[in-house]
Amino acid sequence: MNLASLSVSYVRARPLQTVLSLLLLALGVATVVVLLLVIGQLEERMQRDARGVDLVVGAKGSPMQLILAGIYHADAPTGNIPFSAVGLLEKNRMVKRVMPLALGDSWRGYRIVGARKDYLDHHGAEFVAGKIFEKNMEVVLGAEVAARTGTGVGATFTGAHGISGEGAEHADAPFKVVGVLAKTNSVLDRLVLTSIGSVWHVHEEHKGEDHDEEDENEEGREVTVLLVEFASPLAAATLSRSINAQSGLQAASPAYETARLFRMIGVGVEALRGFGAILILAAGLSVFIALYSALEERRYDLAVMRTLGASPRRLFGLLMTEGLVLALSGALIGLALGHGLASALGAWLEHEQYPGVTGLQYRPEELWVLGVALVVSLAAALLPAWRAYRTDVSQTLAKG
Amino acid sequence: MISVRGLTHRYGAAEALRLPEWRVAQGERWLVLGASGSGKTTLLHILAGLVRPSGGEVEVFDTDILSLEGTRLDAWRGANVGIVLQALHLVKHLTVRDNLRLAQYLAHLPQDEARVADTLGALGVADKAARKPAQLSQGEQQRVAIARAVVNRPRLLLADEPTANLDDVAASAAIELLAEQAARYGATLVVATHDARVKGKFRERLEL
Repeated sequence: MNLASLSVSYVRARPLQTVLSLLLLALGVATVVVLLLVIGQLEERMQRDARGVDLVVGAKGSPMQLILAGIYHADAPTGNIPFSAVGLLEKNRMVKRVMPLALGDSWRGYRIVGARKDYLDHHGAEFVAGKIFEKNMEVVLGAEVAARTGTGVGATFTGAHGISGEGAEHADAPFKVVGVLAKTNSVLDRLVLTSIGSVWHVHEEHKGEDHDEEDENEEGREVTVLLVEFASPLAAATLSRSINAQSGLQAASPAYETARLFRMIGVGVEALRGFGAILILAAGLSVFIALYSALEERRYDLAVMRTLGASPRRLFGLLMTEGLVLALSGALIGLALGHGLASALGAWLEHEQYPGVTGLQYRPEELWVLGVALVVSLAAALLPAWRAYRTDVSQTLAKG
Repeated sequence: MISVRGLTHRYGAAEALRLPEWRVAQGERWLVLGASGSGKTTLLHILAGLVRPSGGEVEVFDTDILSLEGTRLDAWRGANVGIVLQALHLVKHLTVRDNLRLAQYLAHLPQDEARVADTLGALGVADKAARKPAQLSQGEQQRVAIARAVVNRPRLLLADEPTANLDDVAASAAIELLAEQAARYGATLVVATHDARVKGKFRERLEL
């Protein structure tokens, strides 16, 4: 027998109210925890994918679309731009690196990306099998593509025009898998990578021309986006302004556009967070009602405890401990529930080709949620505990 | 062992108790008699340190209990006084055993399983240790209430109207049980009652 076990015995003695308090608290905590986990991990994931890219240059259109297509491969590209833009930017001394990408085709829903070796190095790619593409029509599969399609080195396939996977197939230009990448936990995992020349080649074939040479003439060729890394932060203002001034070109900042994206979904997130807060407050209220309404029934118990030698402070402590027991168990159930829900959501997102959300991660902000749940429950226990502290033993016992 | 001088207590303007002088020796058994409202319960509560009297001196075991404050008074009560209430007031969701352990815990004494078992055994309810109070008969509940009052071996055992709801046989048995338990632990026994049936039980009587 101690204060904790005594508190637990009282909490268990009113199962309905206890279940209600625990449920409200657990749901409130779980809601906030799921938001923390999912939003936090999505943000981290998006930052990781955009790391080292200060500017995305592409055809004019929506800057956010350019970012989504160029960095996250999650939207249709805005259009193509002349390959000459690469040389133009590379000559600029404010630019440290330019990575051109040629987009437009897909295979089984995975995008075929024409890139140079620097794009793979940028994402820290390592090979689990085979090697990098050297000749046209050779491809390297991202880890997830290889795993999901069960395809390995040596396999051949034909790409489909467009990114939905439902376009016409380039049946006359088959790709050959020459390498499979290790998991990088970046967007690379979900891409089919090939040389820029291959993408040109596929579309040349389309026109019925016969091109087999590898060193293709770059004159008049097009690419889709350029991922630009600055040599100095000073480039940010001037470079994007000068690019946007050119006809046909647009420069978009990943940092700015993703911040804008999160601001837009932020309204929904705030609403959900508010909902979680309301649930936690309702839980606090139910803790208060449970303790306060039980006081009347318990006043003899409390008086008897005083006759057995308990000080008023101990009765206060007993009620506060009951609040704490409810808060801790509710919050822990909520944490478990939140992580479980985040896992389920992560599994679903992975199925929808957006992996990277897991319930097995713990974030320091969760301690805040735990803290708020504790403070709310203890605040709710304060008044009942004070009433218990003030129990007039003699008068209570004289009445019965 | 109990020494009361010039004791008065008021609730507002109404005088609830007046007791000029009363002395009780260790191990004595007393009946405090009087009609309802004569101050019997108030006297018991004063002796237990639950009520601070309006005036007078109260010494229990050579301790001026009016000089004890707050937590020290609560600790003194837990260690020295056992109280049996008319309505028993067992904690209903705790088992019989846990009701006794609660008394040990609240008095800051070690939780001694053997002593709990021994105390219940002496009152003939050892086999009810794992039951909840509601599963016991009225008589068994009273034995448990007495067990809870004596489990800490108090030097002073107080009982407030212990026979009020009992039939003649049970009332007589209850008083004898209290006397027997007080004797077993060498405690002084003070029983407040207005029950005419038990008036003759003890030699020492205080009329209020």
